[in-house]
Amino acid sequence: MRIPLAALIGLFFTGLFFAMAIFAPLIAPYGMAEVVGDVWEPPSDQFLLGTDSIGRDLLSRIIYGGQTTIFIATAATALSFIIGSVLGFFAAVSGGWVDQSISRFVDLIMSIPTLIFALVVLSVMPTTITILIVLMGLLDSTRVYRLARAVAVDITVMDYVEAARLRGEKIGWIIFRETLPNALSPLVAEIGLRFIFAVLFVSTLSFLGLGVQPPQADWGGIVKENKEGINYGISAALYPAYAIAVLCISINLVADWVLNRTTSLKGGRG
Amino acid sequence: MTNPLLKVRGLKIGATIYPPGEKSRDIEIVHGVDFDLAPGKVLGLIGESGAGKSTIGLASMAYGRGGVEITGGSVEVNGRDILHSGLRDVRRLRGAEVTYVSQSAAASFNPAKQIMEQVTEAAIFQNKFSRQDAEARAVELFRKLGLPDPENIGSRYPHQVSGGQLQRCMTALALCPQPDLVVFDEPTTALDVTTQIDVLAAIKEAIRDTGVAALYITHDLAVVAQVSDHIMVLQQGAMVEYGTTDQIINAPKEDYTKALVSVRSITHEEKQPTATPVLQVEGITARYAGTNFDVLKDITVDLHPGQTLAVVGESGSGKSTLARVITGLLPPSAGQITFDGRTLTPDLATRPLEDLRELQMIYQMADTAMNPRQTVGTIIGRPLEFYFGLKGAEKQKRIQELLDEIELGDGFQDRYPAELSGGQKQRVCIARALAAKPKLIICDEVTSALDPLVADGILKLLLNLQKIEDVAYLFITHDLATVRAIADSIAVMYQGNVVRYGPKSEVLSPPFDDYTDLLLSSVPEMKLGWLEEVLEHRKMESAGN
Repeated sequence: MRIPLAALIGLFFTGLFFAMAIFAPLIAPYGMAEVVGDVWEPPSDQFLLGTDSIGRDLLSRIIYGGQTTIFIATAATALSFIIGSVLGFFAAVSGGWVDQSISRFVDLIMSIPTLIFALVVLSVMPTTITILIVLMGLLDSTRVYRLARAVAVDITVMDYVEAARLRGEKIGWIIFRETLPNALSPLVAEIGLRFIFAVLFVSTLSFLGLGVQPPQADWGGIVKENKEGINYGISAALYPAYAIAVLCISINLVADWVLNRTTSLKGGRG
Repeated sequence: MTNPLLKVRGLKIGATIYPPGEKSRDIEIVHGVDFDLAPGKVLGLIGESGAGKSTIGLASMAYGRGGVEITGGSVEVNGRDILHSGLRDVRRLRGAEVTYVSQSAAASFNPAKQIMEQVTEAAIFQNKFSRQDAEARAVELFRKLGLPDPENIGSRYPHQVSGGQLQRCMTALALCPQPDLVVFDEPTTALDVTTQIDVLAAIKEAIRDTGVAALYITHDLAVVAQVSDHIMVLQQGAMVEYGTTDQIINAPKEDYTKALVSVRSITHEEKQPTATPVLQVEGITARYAGTNFDVLKDITVDLHPGQTLAVVGESGSGKSTLARVITGLLPPSAGQITFDGRTLTPDLATRPLEDLRELQMIYQMADTAMNPRQTVGTIIGRPLEFYFGLKGAEKQKRIQELLDEIELGDGFQDRYPAELSGGQKQRVCIARALAAKPKLIICDEVTSALDPLVADGILKLLLNLQKIEDVAYLFITHDLATVRAIADSIAVMYQGNVVRYGPKSEVLSPPFDDYTDLLLSSVPEMKLGWLEEVLEHRKMESAGN
């Protein structure tokens, strides 16, 4: 099997970021909240990316920040997929009023802009990582629901699903054995996209001060902490932004490749 | 001898295939075909799907469908090599000298434009006629093709005429620019038999009157025998036999041609009804939710154990709806169904497992009837596991037995449906139904999507299995030849009613009601001059009335 170059690049950076997130304490040269130098020192041998607005090592902040961002995004994506796809398949397979009521409720949630919804909720709830994950997962699951339901509706009209119904199969078999395997490739590609949106969303919230709270590092928060530096020609705020961009692009490249690979009718093995 | 209009020499056509996970590679789909077509003659191209018929037809207008490339040989139209001339010349050829009639007129007409505009477009574009002349000519063609209200039908939109009429409009479209050659690509395949005969007669007459030459592509030898002067039999991109229609039909030389000519020669002794039917349908009336008319009206039929009831009718007659009612997918608004002495509940969800097991179904499209992500072993094994709780080695053994029964043998358990041919897929579906040890199998058009020889194999298999397993079939089909081959009793359906019902021998012998007569006489027969006979017969009858 030959992996295309774009996917290789994507895989390399995705792997790198995830490895950095997992082994953050081993890799980071300094502690996360440890003040080790002057304010906004330029990059040097001692501080590879320089220091931040209160003299912490920027590289270490970014590595720990990556851990937080990636963890929140991964957990939120997983939650949104579990909720969204199970509900979506359930609605498509059940049809009738079940489908109608779930779908209209999802429409209702989707009619409120996500960011505003999140801001309102976070302003009354305590901003902990758990709440962030649950909130993002629930909000994103509406998008996943839409996709899963659309894909599943196409599948449930196939004769093999009818054959399973005539056989007397329970709804669990129809969802997990007949529908899910055939809906997998669009969903897998969607996982990539939703993960990217989750990264961007949590970064946005942190940038606005409603996401991850200091002193804990996360990429959006680091941009916020260092944004004043840009006025003085200090590039500290740009590094976490680069990290966000590189992660998003590389995951997209991987998702594209996965989608290409799985859209064959050969049991997805091709 | 006059110069041929169309001269094809050593035509080779290649295509690029993209097997998933592997590198794309080039394959040859037509391996050097030669033929001539004289002006005003009709050549029938016949073969199974994948034989390269349509590809050759399109090559005669220097066209290859997406991914298809003409790799060798020459095609000459009116003495000019069209494969090596520039695009400008090809454009002057298409729609002027050579025109094309496709299988699905509904998919080929632009729904947003009036028929007249589309019929005259090529003639005007090619400067063959002025708009006025082209429209006059189109009206003349509409009349010749037997379309109702020829003066005004051109101002209708495609959705305002029926399928058979639209197919005739498309023939008018092809003939309007006064071409030298028309390529007919399965023009009647998608139509009901009763419509097919009209379209066929109209095409034949139009060809005769306009003196145009034609390539007539079809998989139905009986149809091509009615319209063509010569027939070329193709198999997997190579010519098998070429001869006059008379010779091919009455004295075929090659084995493959012989098989095609003698297809549907299965004979089946009609069985006597038994004391207690396995399935009794009594006074079933049904309609779909949200509609205000009954699709089934007071249907009453019986089916005896180990026998076959054929339900025949055109599309829209309610055949498949009857299957949906019996399986419980569509609860009826009135009537009752008794199965094996028990009254079936109207809704699928409330039926006991035993009822579900004993009533199995086989579908028309084997492709969509099997989950593409499950192996043959899983597909056949699931009913065994589900109904009988078989596991492990025991299940494997039973799966293999079933595979042997459907004549597939070893090495199929781990294959995915995409790795099977059309006939093999349908066999696997049969095995899945048999796995449940049913008393009744509903077969919904199970052979309509298959090539004639493959369909024949499936029918023989079904008859064989009926003897071994003593299972009853409710056989839904629009194909009367199939009915003759396998039925014990027949129900003829028309617009939701059963218009004729009884043992095969009775239903298929006179006196007929009008509809059954129309249906029976419309089935093409494998002999020369059949079309004329039928039309003559109908003319006399209508004159007599």
